[in-house]
Amino acid sequence: MSTVNHDAELARAGANITGWVSQLAFTARRYPLGAVGALIVLVFILTAVFANFIAPMDPTSTDAKSSLAVPGGKFWLGADFMGRDMFSRIVHGARISLAVGAGATLIGGALGIAIGLTSGYLGGTVDLLTQRLMDIMQSLPLLVMALVMAAALGPSLQNTIIAIAIPLVPSVARVVRSSTLSLREQPFVEAARAVGMGEMRIAVRHVLPNTLAPLIVLGTAQLGSAILVEASLSFLGLGIPEPYPSWGRMLSESAAEYVRTAPWLVIFPGVAISMTVFGTNLLGDALRDILDPRQRS
Amino acid sequence: MGSYLVRRLLLMALTLFGMSVLIFVMLRLVPGDISDILVDAAGIADPKEKAKIAKELGLDRPIVEQYGQWVGGLTRGDLGFAYVSERPAIEEIAPRIPISAKLALMALFFSVIIGVPFGVISAVRQNSLMDYGLRILSLSGLSLPSFWLGLLVLMAAVHWFGTIPIYTNEPRGFLAEVGLLAIPAAVVGFRSSALIMRLTRSSMLEVMRQDYIRTARSKGASNASVNYDHALRNALLPVVTIIGIEAAFLVGGLIVTETVFNIPGVARFLVEAIRWRDYPIVQNLVMLIAFVVVMVNFLVDMAYMVLDPRIKFGD
Repeated sequence: MSTVNHDAELARAGANITGWVSQLAFTARRYPLGAVGALIVLVFILTAVFANFIAPMDPTSTDAKSSLAVPGGKFWLGADFMGRDMFSRIVHGARISLAVGAGATLIGGALGIAIGLTSGYLGGTVDLLTQRLMDIMQSLPLLVMALVMAAALGPSLQNTIIAIAIPLVPSVARVVRSSTLSLREQPFVEAARAVGMGEMRIAVRHVLPNTLAPLIVLGTAQLGSAILVEASLSFLGLGIPEPYPSWGRMLSESAAEYVRTAPWLVIFPGVAISMTVFGTNLLGDALRDILDPRQRS
Repeated sequence: MGSYLVRRLLLMALTLFGMSVLIFVMLRLVPGDISDILVDAAGIADPKEKAKIAKELGLDRPIVEQYGQWVGGLTRGDLGFAYVSERPAIEEIAPRIPISAKLALMALFFSVIIGVPFGVISAVRQNSLMDYGLRILSLSGLSLPSFWLGLLVLMAAVHWFGTIPIYTNEPRGFLAEVGLLAIPAAVVGFRSSALIMRLTRSSMLEVMRQDYIRTARSKGASNASVNYDHALRNALLPVVTIIGIEAAFLVGGLIVTETVFNIPGVARFLVEAIRWRDYPIVQNLVMLIAFVVVMVNFLVDMAYMVLDPRIKFGD
């Protein structure tokens, strides 16, 4: 029979850690993949925010002389057919990806929360009708729904965000609804009602905060898919219009033609998309492990 | 059971009906219709000419009447006429379906034969270096846009072989077609295999914590017997459900992959039709996709019920 070394066990569980820096370091050691993901996402966000300072050149200025310049020298990652610096375009592309990714996730999330909370809390006919509407929306794959919406709205930055946000609504609404259904029977909700709180206030102040953990996990996953869908839409020519440098459109411009002659036009934007989405996926996985102990592996 | 089936089928019909209304209304919100595009393309600026085209295509009639005509036709198997080719839409769509269907089935096959074994290995050796490596691989599979993966494959093929088999004319024979579709199918399947692998892993881990697994071990069953006879068989159940999610996933992959590899399937056709505002094609294709997704989900639920005797949808 071995004796339990209480101090060692406590240290292993991180019980004596105070201060947010050491908290962060402890969490990072515990979830190394998640830490890598968080780092990638942080770099992505900083690149998007400080694009003007990072990019050495104007991403839209053309220069016939440097058309299809190979990587190296003045153009770190080469130049495209119009002589635009690829590095600067990719840096500025982060802005578009972040704007569309975060914009679509937030709008889709807000709508989904409102619908899910109302549906789950009120129940009855409202619930039935919204559920059927969500069924209808979910009968189309994300990309197809976004394609049709994008075509219906016309190409622009705002419209692309909306076209991706709407198809994201049903999954948020379903998650919020199902947690709301179980939460509204909880004693603390009854207690709130007993002390005379209004239904609206109970829903927002007591029920909603308890659905946050799965929502954060879902939101991170949706951020990744929103970025991917934007890239796909732009690749197909139905997303972000000129002159914004979108990673997806950079690939569609360079697609078949330059596979042989200028591979850097194909490689770098794809690396940017994949790294960003990979980072959000890693972060999402770690957040799920941290926030949802039932799914912990 | 019987009443559940009836209710389920009614819900499916309702969903598809709702989809038809949604898609019809959404397409008519588009600023500028096909008559604008045709007029622009022909360089005619005469509004009378434009009105004539709109009348010929029935675009001047009330939207409810247009909808009624479309859905009425659908029930009779009449999909209307494509605007661009001016041929019956069914003649445009039908020959493209088998191509996409074959591609999707092959992609599904790839994703299962890669995803399930790797998911099992990952779970059995949980937290080993192997597990970490496979998990990173599957996450990266989910992170690569399939059109980019397709472009990379194209690039590699061009680099090493100088060329890549391209789907141009009708391939001769079954094997020739499989050969042509294998690479694009692997590209689509790789992404889906990541999804299957993750689910297999987590489902396997969950099952391995069950009491009956401990019982099997304490009886002295071998590791292999416990892992494969006891655990895997039960862990595969939830994996069946993911095929439903996969159907939606695959369609997304097909759209971009058919475009990259120039495969004349329905998914690429949808993108072309959207660009051309060819409503009859777009609305019929969207309905086809919705039908397939709803149908696959229904079949998966049925399969689940047959496979797992604990689930009864009696009441």
